[in-house]
Amino acid sequence: MALAMAINFLKYKKIYYLFSTTLVVVSLASIFIFGLRFGIDFSGGSILEVDFDKRPENPAIQEKLKDLNLGEIVLQPAGENEVILRLKDINEETHQQIISRLGEISKVQEKRFESIGPTIGKELRQKTLMLVIVSLLALLIYIAVAFRKVNFPVSSWQYGVISILTLSFDVLITVGSLAFLGKFYNVQFSIPIITALLTILGYTINDKVIVFDRVRENLLRDRRDNFEELVNRSLNETLGRSLSTGTCALLVLFFIFLFGGETLKYFALTLIIGILVGTYSSLFLAAPILVDWLKLRERK
Amino acid sequence: MNWKFNLKLPHFWEKPFKLGLDLQGGSHLVYEADLSQIEEKEKGNAMQGLRDVIERRVNYFGVQEPVVQVQGQRLIVELAGIVDQAEAIKEIGKTPFLEFKELKPEGVVKKIEEKRKEIEGKTMEEIQQIPDWQLALEDPFQSTPLTGKYLKKAEFNLDQTTYKPIISLQFNDEGAKLFEEITARNVNKPLAVYLDNQLTQAPVVKEKITGGKAQITGDFTADEARKRVQELNAGALPVPIKLISQQTVGPILGKISLEQSLKAGIFGFLAILLFMVVFYRLPGIFASLSLLVYLVLILALFKLIPVTLTLAGIAGFILSMGMAVDANILIFSRMREELKTGKEYLLSLEEGTKRAWPAIRDGNLTTILVGLILFGLGTSFVKGFAFTLVLGNLVGMFSAIIITNSFLKVFSGEKSKRWLWLWR
Repeated sequence: MALAMAINFLKYKKIYYLFSTTLVVVSLASIFIFGLRFGIDFSGGSILEVDFDKRPENPAIQEKLKDLNLGEIVLQPAGENEVILRLKDINEETHQQIISRLGEISKVQEKRFESIGPTIGKELRQKTLMLVIVSLLALLIYIAVAFRKVNFPVSSWQYGVISILTLSFDVLITVGSLAFLGKFYNVQFSIPIITALLTILGYTINDKVIVFDRVRENLLRDRRDNFEELVNRSLNETLGRSLSTGTCALLVLFFIFLFGGETLKYFALTLIIGILVGTYSSLFLAAPILVDWLKLRERK
Repeated sequence: MNWKFNLKLPHFWEKPFKLGLDLQGGSHLVYEADLSQIEEKEKGNAMQGLRDVIERRVNYFGVQEPVVQVQGQRLIVELAGIVDQAEAIKEIGKTPFLEFKELKPEGVVKKIEEKRKEIEGKTMEEIQQIPDWQLALEDPFQSTPLTGKYLKKAEFNLDQTTYKPIISLQFNDEGAKLFEEITARNVNKPLAVYLDNQLTQAPVVKEKITGGKAQITGDFTADEARKRVQELNAGALPVPIKLISQQTVGPILGKISLEQSLKAGIFGFLAILLFMVVFYRLPGIFASLSLLVYLVLILALFKLIPVTLTLAGIAGFILSMGMAVDANILIFSRMREELKTGKEYLLSLEEGTKRAWPAIRDGNLTTILVGLILFGLGTSFVKGFAFTLVLGNLVGMFSAIIITNSFLKVFSGEKSKRWLWLWR
């Protein structure tokens, strides 16, 4: 990939700002309007995946289970003859009752059953919260260390702030998409999704570091250039790598999404969205903010 | 699509790799024990006793390498590839049942023993020729009214004079009476202890025992004695358990998941190779070769460590494959820049690798950092993913720096000038 061409990234930065702001607004709206659908690993509950010989209509299933006192049952057809039932957490006895009731409709095979009681749910919530906090702290420390040597022409903490800002952007857009997917495709906000989000952070922070690193290197080589041009050159130099790396990660994730089944499908999709957004924000958001921040300071 | 090729691969995988419950089918069960009836200092022992009881039941089901773990008040049970999960769950949840049994009347016992001698060393077919052969399989012991509920507790002690381990039993008032009657009629005969209908020990009664206190002595080690105490207590102080979480994957889904995730891995791998060769040409071929080495290395590590492969773990591995190329790409693009400045091949390679190193290091570092935190704090899904991701990143770094570099050096000879155009 001979990327000898020079793209003037910064020329269109108003468009990027506009586009990015729109994404932020839409994501926030999506989160506030649709809310997040928490998975059973956080809220407690059961999930039962069954394979029918001939899949009945949803109301037929609801009718059959009506007198078991199961509360709200969310039914979701999947695959050819499968149905995924989501309901409150139940004991083993009720579980077996449900299976035999469903078997009365059509021959049925249980593919997967998970039931998580409220205590475990609470524990998992606390554990995950801890996980998120520790990861974020570690990344903050990493950012502080990674940029401590870069201090020209903007100081190192500014590189750090921009990194954090764009990382938050990546996560926000991804979570916004998940809220949308939760509303319309019943995607649950579960532990795998949190794992994916943290992985996205670990992954896309590199994109930012690598762009800034290039800026630093070019600065050391020659300081005569005007900063905007220099940033633009750095972006062009790292573009090939950013796109190649992103593509390779996306390629494998695409296949996990395609073949991964119920467990991995949305885990992979989250990573896909996150890496797309992350690559975009490193190239089209981090660098323009860097240049504009400097300009703002010079004007003063 | 070459289906033959795809269908063969699972066999190659299935044999040597350790598969998690979600890939071979099975149940992950979390029980909570109700220890409210147990004294504080006895709680640890009670849990151990419970663990042994459950393990015995699980083994009875013929589960391969079952896991029964104590975590505080919790008991984690993992059953892989079991056929009737509902039945297993039912069995495990039962309260342990302890009973004392005495020998059947002498005549009957003698007959059983004779039959047993008769069938000794014979094959099943030969045995079936013997009249009344079923008698040999009969239990020489018969139930007594004395059960676990009459046993107050069992204790481990050391004999004051001989320092040999002894087991002390203490029955409640009703139990003391029953025990007295039973020991009176069984002097010099064994009294068998059955837990969950399985014989655990059969000490011989020396004399009639009154007062409800007894000692079991014998040639057992302290560990054996402790184990027997736990067994007795498991029946005496039953600890009810409650299933608080279960994850069950049917064997069919497990198999499908395995096939699908392998498919994802194979397609992902091929797609990367294609991408690298098309966009980076010659160096792309080197990167592909090094990715192959990476693949072999990591699969070998999976077997050697051994890593229990779960769906999440395979996802982490596949993702790390996509990331492993990053280091190669970084080296190539740096090298290309050096070549452009007119440096010769070997020097460009050296310089390019050197310049790419900080970015490679940092890039992998953040992912590894997050991976380690995930591993340290996570649940089983998170751990499986984090472990293979971190392992994949480490091996990926190695393969890019060492292996790709070696491949590139091979091309450093005179001929390389002719190949240089491929770099541009």
